[in-house]
Amino acid sequence: MEEFDPRAQRHAALCLLGLVLFNYPILAAFNVEATVFGIPLLYAYFFVAWGALIALMAIVAERR
Amino acid sequence: MLQGWVIVAASFAYLGLLFAIAYFADKRADAGRSVIASPYIYSLSLAVYATAWTFYGSVGRAAADGVGFLPIYIGPTLMVALWWVVMRKILRISKRNRITSLADFIASRYGKSALLGGVVTVIAVIGILPYISLQLKAISSSFTLLLQYPDIVMPATLGKVPLLQDTALWVALILAVFTILFGTRHLDAAEHHEGMVAAIAFESLFKLVAFLAVGIWVSWGLFNGFGDIFTRAAAHPELEPMLSPLNGMAGSYASWTWLTVLSMLAIMFLPRQFQVAVIENKDEAHLKKAIWLFPLYMLAINIFVLPIAFGGRLAFPTAGVDADTFVLALPMAQKQELLALVVFIGGLSAATGMVIVETIALSTMVCNDLLMPVLLRMRSLRLNERKDLTGLLLGIRRGAILVLLLLGFVYFRLAGEAYALVSTGLISFAAVAQFAPIALGGIFWKGGTRRGALAGLIAGFAVWFYTLLLPAFARSGWFPLDLLEHGPFGIELLRPLALLGVTGLDQITHAMFWSMWANIGTYVLASLLFAPSADEHRQASLFVDVFKHPSEPGGARFWRGTASGPELHSLLARFLGAGGAEAALREHARTRAAGWSHEAGADAELVHFVEKQLAGVIGAASARIMVASVVKEEAMTLDEVRALLDEASQIIMYSHRLEQKSQELERTSAELRAANERLTELDKLKDDFVSTVSHELRTPLTSIRAFSEILHDNPRLPDADRARFLGIIVKETARLTRLIHQVLDASRLESGRTEWNESLVDLRTVIEDTIAANAQLFSEREVRLEARLPERVPPVTADLDRIVQVIVNLLSNAVKFVEPRRGRVEVSLTEEGEYLRVDVRDNGQGISEKDQHVIFDKYRQAGDTLTGKPQGSGLGLHISRQIIEHFGGRMWVSSRPGEGACFSFTLPIRASSYARAA
Repeated sequence: MEEFDPRAQRHAALCLLGLVLFNYPILAAFNVEATVFGIPLLYAYFFVAWGALIALMAIVAERR
Repeated sequence: MLQGWVIVAASFAYLGLLFAIAYFADKRADAGRSVIASPYIYSLSLAVYATAWTFYGSVGRAAADGVGFLPIYIGPTLMVALWWVVMRKILRISKRNRITSLADFIASRYGKSALLGGVVTVIAVIGILPYISLQLKAISSSFTLLLQYPDIVMPATLGKVPLLQDTALWVALILAVFTILFGTRHLDAAEHHEGMVAAIAFESLFKLVAFLAVGIWVSWGLFNGFGDIFTRAAAHPELEPMLSPLNGMAGSYASWTWLTVLSMLAIMFLPRQFQVAVIENKDEAHLKKAIWLFPLYMLAINIFVLPIAFGGRLAFPTAGVDADTFVLALPMAQKQELLALVVFIGGLSAATGMVIVETIALSTMVCNDLLMPVLLRMRSLRLNERKDLTGLLLGIRRGAILVLLLLGFVYFRLAGEAYALVSTGLISFAAVAQFAPIALGGIFWKGGTRRGALAGLIAGFAVWFYTLLLPAFARSGWFPLDLLEHGPFGIELLRPLALLGVTGLDQITHAMFWSMWANIGTYVLASLLFAPSADEHRQASLFVDVFKHPSEPGGARFWRGTASGPELHSLLARFLGAGGAEAALREHARTRAAGWSHEAGADAELVHFVEKQLAGVIGAASARIMVASVVKEEAMTLDEVRALLDEASQIIMYSHRLEQKSQELERTSAELRAANERLTELDKLKDDFVSTVSHELRTPLTSIRAFSEILHDNPRLPDADRARFLGIIVKETARLTRLIHQVLDASRLESGRTEWNESLVDLRTVIEDTIAANAQLFSEREVRLEARLPERVPPVTADLDRIVQVIVNLLSNAVKFVEPRRGRVEVSLTEEGEYLRVDVRDNGQGISEKDQHVIFDKYRQAGDTLTGKPQGSGLGLHISRQIIEHFGGRMWVSSRPGEGACFSFTLPIRASSYARAA
């Protein structure tokens, strides 16, 4: 069926990846007192992981 | 420079610019050169998601609890990842059915139910009002704040202003006029609001630039980068809660997850998101870019939220400045007048963008799904007899926009002050989340029914109202707070903030938990309990299986009845205007390649077409009522619809099979074509063969016949001559026999009827013996023959006579092609790994590259067959190669013209036989 083509499956997989990345317990692992270049680790983690997820989405979406 | 009039002038200049953009885009659209048909504009218009809430409120939320603002943007990122599955389906359905709004979409799915559409509209309006009021609050308070420059005075401390001096009222009125001007130009709500979308895209760009500007200024102008801000913040113990944000409480992670889910649903079902993502979408393919550009936009606009929040807390250590205003208050406090003005306009653009799209979407819903179905049913209004209803429709929509904004203002006056921006917005999010189960269920689950949807929606909404809106009213003083603390009538179990004694969750999580349970549970249960009607069943199938139906959903097939052309025409004219109706019908006739006249009767196709056109203007439910009023429809039973749907799915299955078959057929015919080409080639070869062989046979035959005749006619020939002639006859006969033998041999080899006598053969002995037997041939032509053979070679498995045949063939070829006396032929035998290799090298004229490819083919000979006399049948090498290949070897030639040729073949040494022989 067209709605379950490989591209759709890849996108769904990315959504699941995102759900795992931005939830307990992964968040708890980064929720510690540490800093990267002076930035609290959790904040740095959020934006880096978020950016990486968007990059993956771009790759999947733009691939022919 | 920040006097009141400058701020007002800048605001109006900005709105004027927006209007110019919208005007320009509309003009371009009329000229057929759309500016919004671009994935980038589409992605930017989706960013209408970022409102004043994002612009001012995120910083406020971050200043209170660190990362708490983030799920509102991470949720949509995750949802957008699923858009290729979900949004593409909704887009396809909406385009096919000319959906005009979210309410229309839901009503249409559940049997074009006017009641359901109305309920959705009411819930959307009630749910969104707090959100609109939030925008008004943001604009008016940022304006008030900026007006106090150079002092920083919180608007809330200025006390209640009289109604007519309230900026929010004027903002509401100005925005209403503005929205009416560009939202209700066209009547057909399914058409695109090109101007509006272009203006929204510009607003998205502007608010992003403004926010980034203030973010960069705070991070690097006020402080020395991110690290500096966080390091300084760490020195302040009162900022500790912001630095360890999710401080390990179970409730923290739960509310984080629920907020993520909530915003995942909001990005789909906020009326304005549905408007820009679905109704205004020009091309499904735009999704591809939007899927990553829109999340990227959200990432960009959030990067500086934390630095600004911390910067604000550091710059305003006392609690005097509301964190919701940090974005504006920071530049004001540092006397950055221009930046402050840009920030104010940025906030204005964030708020106006939301208000414009939201009110357009809601006014369409109010008009099409709430008022029209009611008005059309009221016989006393005699709307059915009015010639032209276009004016009425536009009037309703414009009125709705005004009323919505005024209601938003009323909510702001009454309840707006009790909550921060984000909390107010979340109340709206939770309201639209109630649409998610029936909308998503509607496109993936055929079992959902109208009654299920109604029950689920009302149950969910009731819980939302009780657990979120009521407490908000209570806190604003409309209700006794007693209700929150002790429950209604003192029943503790029913306390709105701790339903059934569930505590430990924050308010939004608590409300979402209960409302989703109530909503989904009731929806599924009622759907399973009550059977769907024929209409519902048909619509369910058309929605869920939208990808299975190749193009047109074939709604016409489900209609049976009688209708007259003129009546349909006048019906269409009432909503589209006379010109519009005429044009639409002509277009319809043209696509069906049929003539059109006013007098013709109407078939199901036409009725369906008219209904679809009307749906684009007044929504599916109203369109159904209107069409039903002029045609006589025979009701179809559920079984009939089921039968039709089965038929449709069978046809699809058949066409799939047909496609497979035709592919198979194509493959087969390609194979046949190839076989045919091969046959033609073979046929040509056979012709060549016949001519070559007959030529070859004729030469000896002619000489035999000639000499026989001489002998026959001249009985007195001298004995010497007679003997010579007889000798020639014998030689020619032998040649003839050899030729025929070869031909037969070749055909036997080819058909696989040859008998092979396999044995262990010592190639060295074979070559020595063959050379000895053919020495005569070489000495006759004075050609030197050399053999280089090793002492001992392992044996190979082969047919001795056949190998002799191959070697003889190679030797006789070689001797044929070298010059007498100067010729040299060399035979060598070597062991190469698992093979024995035999080379027969001569110093003749060599073989051209072209000929090297073909000499092993049947009946092919090197050299020009036209001038040079062919020597031999052209079968020898062919037969030799077949023999060698039969024994697992290889045969080839290497040669350069003028430098002789080298024919080589290999035969495999069989390890086992070698061992046995040793």
